[in-house]
Amino acid sequence: MSEDLTRLTVSEAGALLRQRQVSSVELLQATLERIKATEEQVHAFITLTGHTALEQARRADEMLAKGQGTPLTGIPAAVKDVISTRGTRTTCGSKILEQFVPIYDANVITLLDEAGFVMVGKTNMDEFAMGSSGENSAYGPTRNPWALDRVPGGSSAGSAAAVASGMAYYALGSDTGGSIRQPAALSGVVGLKPTYGRVSRFGLVAFASSLDQVGPFTRSVRDAALVFEAIAGHDQRDSTSAEIDVPSIADTLDGNVRGLKVGVPREYFVEGMDPAVREAVEGAIRQIESLDAEIDTEVTLPSTGLGVAVYYIIAPSEASANLARYDGVKYGYSYQDGANMWENMERTRQHGFGEEVKRRIMVGTYALSAGYYDAYYLKAQQIRTLIRSEFDAAFGKYDVLITPVSPTPAFKIGEKVSDPLQMYLNDVCTIPVNIAGLPGISLPCGFATAPDGARLPIGVQILAKPFDEASIFRAAYAYEQSTDWHKQFPPL
Amino acid sequence: MALTPDQVRHIAHLARLGLTDEDVAKFAPQLSEILDYFERLKAVDTTGVPPTAYPLDLHNILRDDVEDPPAAAEEILKNAPQREGEFFRVRAILDE
Repeated sequence: MSEDLTRLTVSEAGALLRQRQVSSVELLQATLERIKATEEQVHAFITLTGHTALEQARRADEMLAKGQGTPLTGIPAAVKDVISTRGTRTTCGSKILEQFVPIYDANVITLLDEAGFVMVGKTNMDEFAMGSSGENSAYGPTRNPWALDRVPGGSSAGSAAAVASGMAYYALGSDTGGSIRQPAALSGVVGLKPTYGRVSRFGLVAFASSLDQVGPFTRSVRDAALVFEAIAGHDQRDSTSAEIDVPSIADTLDGNVRGLKVGVPREYFVEGMDPAVREAVEGAIRQIESLDAEIDTEVTLPSTGLGVAVYYIIAPSEASANLARYDGVKYGYSYQDGANMWENMERTRQHGFGEEVKRRIMVGTYALSAGYYDAYYLKAQQIRTLIRSEFDAAFGKYDVLITPVSPTPAFKIGEKVSDPLQMYLNDVCTIPVNIAGLPGISLPCGFATAPDGARLPIGVQILAKPFDEASIFRAAYAYEQSTDWHKQFPPL
Repeated sequence: MALTPDQVRHIAHLARLGLTDEDVAKFAPQLSEILDYFERLKAVDTTGVPPTAYPLDLHNILRDDVEDPPAAAEEILKNAPQREGEFFRVRAILDE
């Protein structure tokens, strides 16, 4: 029974809770047993919080007994360790924050708390969300539940792996260049990056402030809509949070895409793409066409190929400024044995940061330094405008765009760590979405077969114009309901 | 473009980032390769194109000036690597 409980979706578990057929404490116990059985192999978590989760589950059961609560009340969840949780250490996958305990909750945590939140733990991630594999964590790599010798994708590695393996019903991640959608694709779950400004960034530890967004990982499209509705909305503590109403989506999903205008931009089918990925994504497009959507495969977004270069100037530039705060003075790791204050600061950052974080601070510092600002940062911001305009024009004609998420399925742990630029090129299909601030979802659309026979999940990406998450969910739900990819579980 | 070890050290100094000689030897070719990759942007004509700093067209966000209780100093200081009474303790910033 308890094994089966951990395979339920949020919607299914929520229905059982409201019918009083199961309690939040029982869901939590089943989840904690599942963690006990699988966490050693997967390593999805940096910090487990089973003890406080039990108190939260009891409180959720009291709410449910009074007929209160929301669709998420009492459902055990996991949170990426870049989201501040008051009283629970928040490391960002970095040694520099190993002992850091936030003094306030992120706005998304406050919102979930009001609805009876049950948090089982803080999930593993690439340090400060910089990475596409989870291997840049100071706490060791997370393993893909479908193939333990492979990466789950990143940077929200642990959140994707926890949801894929039944160690949480849903999880929160953050997405700056694909860090929700890419691990969702590689781990076989649903991942949504909301429109920039849709979800408050208050309490999300900053990586690149003009790109960062918080979003959910779930095992179904409807579940993603439920979590999205719960965490979205204006918050005056984030001055880039939009004052736009959040529509009710989950209750309106009906599987009908008749007449939906779908564009397929050809630049996303890049050279060197894995044939199995191409086949699966093209299969998904044909499937949506068979549901009477109108498909146009001749869409062109010519600046797509510039996205990676634009991103790897803008994101490291913003990161080099945001990460200046880690100086060993007010919190975090602090080197004390230097000859003076400056040496202490330099050694603090030398020993506290991992290699990829240092590399990006260096790239960003260089791009912003005297004499190079116009050639790199300003130029990248101008091309950012061009990329946005191309999307604007496309969304004048199409309701949604469909693309691959990642050019390849999950790769082996260690396979790409020595070549940073090759690792960056993994993000070619997800990065333009952050550059333009669009919403995007990744959902399962098939499997590739590894040489050793392992089944490796493949994801398809659906995009819409800013603040039109509803169209994304409409298309994603219709596709999902006509397939059974989302009902498959890793062999763990 | 190839970054020299001295250029790498200079950037690290600007970022207050300590690097070992091995780090410098490793980063110089890697950063050079990344900067070379950026060269493709030079071919794009951006004459008259305004820069995008944020994807939303938001300007001058204001809120009411309401009093909000500050976090307790004691709670903040719990994360301090070194403290003295109610203060963060640091090494002398001017000459010692």
